[in-house]
Amino acid sequence: MNQSLIGLDRVDMTYATASGPVEALAGISLSVGGGEFVSLVGPSGCGKSTLLRIVAGLRPATLGTVMVAGRAVRDPIPDVGMVFQAPNLLRWRTILQNVLLPAELAGKEVGNLRLRAHELLDMAGLHGFADKLPRELSGGMQQRAALCRALLLDPPLLLMDEPFGALDAMTRDDMGLELLRIWGERDLAREARKTVLFVTHSIAEAVFLSDRVVVMTARPGRIAADVTVDLPRPRTVELRASEAFGRLSLLISRTLTGRAHAVL
Amino acid sequence: MTKFTLASRQYWPTIVLFAILLASWQIAVSFGGIREYLLPSPLAVWNALWFGDTNWAQHVWITTLEIIGAFVLAAVAGIALGVAIAWSPLMANALVPFLVFVNTLPKVAVAPLFLIWMGYGIFPNMLMGALIGFFPVVINTAVGLTQIEPDMLDLGRVFNAPKWKIFVKIRLPNALPYILSALKITATAAVVGAIVGEFVASQRGLGYVIVTTQSSMNTSVAFAALIWISVVGLLLYGAVVLAARLWAPWAEGAE
Ligand SMILES: Nc1ncnc2c1ncn2[C@@H]1O[C@H](COP(=O)(O)OP(=O)(O)O)[C@@H](O)[C@H]1O
Ligand SMILES: [Mg+2]
Repeated sequence: MNQSLIGLDRVDMTYATASGPVEALAGISLSVGGGEFVSLVGPSGCGKSTLLRIVAGLRPATLGTVMVAGRAVRDPIPDVGMVFQAPNLLRWRTILQNVLLPAELAGKEVGNLRLRAHELLDMAGLHGFADKLPRELSGGMQQRAALCRALLLDPPLLLMDEPFGALDAMTRDDMGLELLRIWGERDLAREARKTVLFVTHSIAEAVFLSDRVVVMTARPGRIAADVTVDLPRPRTVELRASEAFGRLSLLISRTLTGRAHAVL
Repeated sequence: MTKFTLASRQYWPTIVLFAILLASWQIAVSFGGIREYLLPSPLAVWNALWFGDTNWAQHVWITTLEIIGAFVLAAVAGIALGVAIAWSPLMANALVPFLVFVNTLPKVAVAPLFLIWMGYGIFPNMLMGALIGFFPVVINTAVGLTQIEPDMLDLGRVFNAPKWKIFVKIRLPNALPYILSALKITATAAVVGAIVGEFVASQRGLGYVIVTTQSSMNTSVAFAALIWISVVGLLLYGAVVLAARLWAPWAEGAE
């Protein structure tokens, strides 16, 4: 196992709301190695988005420690690509300008990244949409543009919150394969790959993409199971029909519905 | 050409209605025995506009200057105050109750004070227009800067942008449609303010012209002045609408 890049130790998160405290996460301990692709699945409202925000340093955990790349997280961490649950594109910017936003915000030379932005848009099937406004694109296309934005600066860590949630099944599979390619599944040694923390509500997607699938319980979110996906890489579409794929999916599905013991 | 055809197709009922009103008005005055000093005929107003001895160029110029001055003052002060309120809670706590109080004052009642403090001139009238028109700009600027999806601000933080950059690249553009729609209100308020200012104290300007017609019973001139005021007001309003379309085309239909 690689050295851990993300480490959460007994993390609790309680939101103070007008109607009283809302306990979103309880006692989350999780370690993600450098170059690992880890998915989070769990019922909606169980704190998956909250967990990503805490790792990104956008919200402080109520209790527990969070480490990323050997440093305790207190403020937004550097060198991370984040895909929010909503596309979250700036509506006054064209798609290209949205994709280039990270460079502008980080004070980097934008000119050099134009070509890369166009390449990313082509990869995401958004060729010809560079100069459109977000409202001129469908939800799924907006989501893909948001993915391009997260990838622009080629960050070593990707935090992705249901990035393919609004895509139709076929585009979704294509984007998954594309993500694995960008991650470096085929051409990079494990250590050179990006580290990905990927939230999804699709068990099949989680199994197909990940090295590990972390299953969470309903609120307050706890870790119900941490399932290693020992399927061969590079993953192929045929793999989905395999017995091993089915067995893992069933295991995760039963854990989610609280009937894990029936299988184990 | 197509655009023109489209526009005429949309507006012909308005134009027809206007023509009918104008004609009935003319007929009512000519044949109905209404005296000219009560209601001048459209023709009399037309004559006052083009053939009378009122120096329209000068009066229109003065009033236009006051209106534009009022508008610019209100916009600049309103945006500055709105930014201050949105930027720091301390400023918000200090300024908001004060501004609300100022806004509840009947501003027209302050006009005579402006005369005492600043005497005759175009500046007090600009100030009156600005005073009437600045408040919506303050509110909309502050609201536009703060009513923003938290995710959008997080976007800035994820990419480690400094606070000022988040302000310039995310908050300010987000506020632009709010500000522009307040400026439409301000455009109207600036006209009212300038004219009210002229009513109270002035020696030139369209408001002054209207006041003088009271004693001379020269009602057609008052009507002509009204037409000039609405022309200037409409032009300013149109300019703001045009600016909104140019600067924030992405907000079309979202007001
Ligand atoms: N900013 C917030 N303020 C208050 N409660 C919140 C906030 N964000 C999330 N929550 C609550 O925390 C719980 C977990 O939310 P979230 O992390 O979005 O779940 P998930 O992404 O798994 O659907 C939910 O009950 C949600 O209502
Ligand atoms: Mg979520």
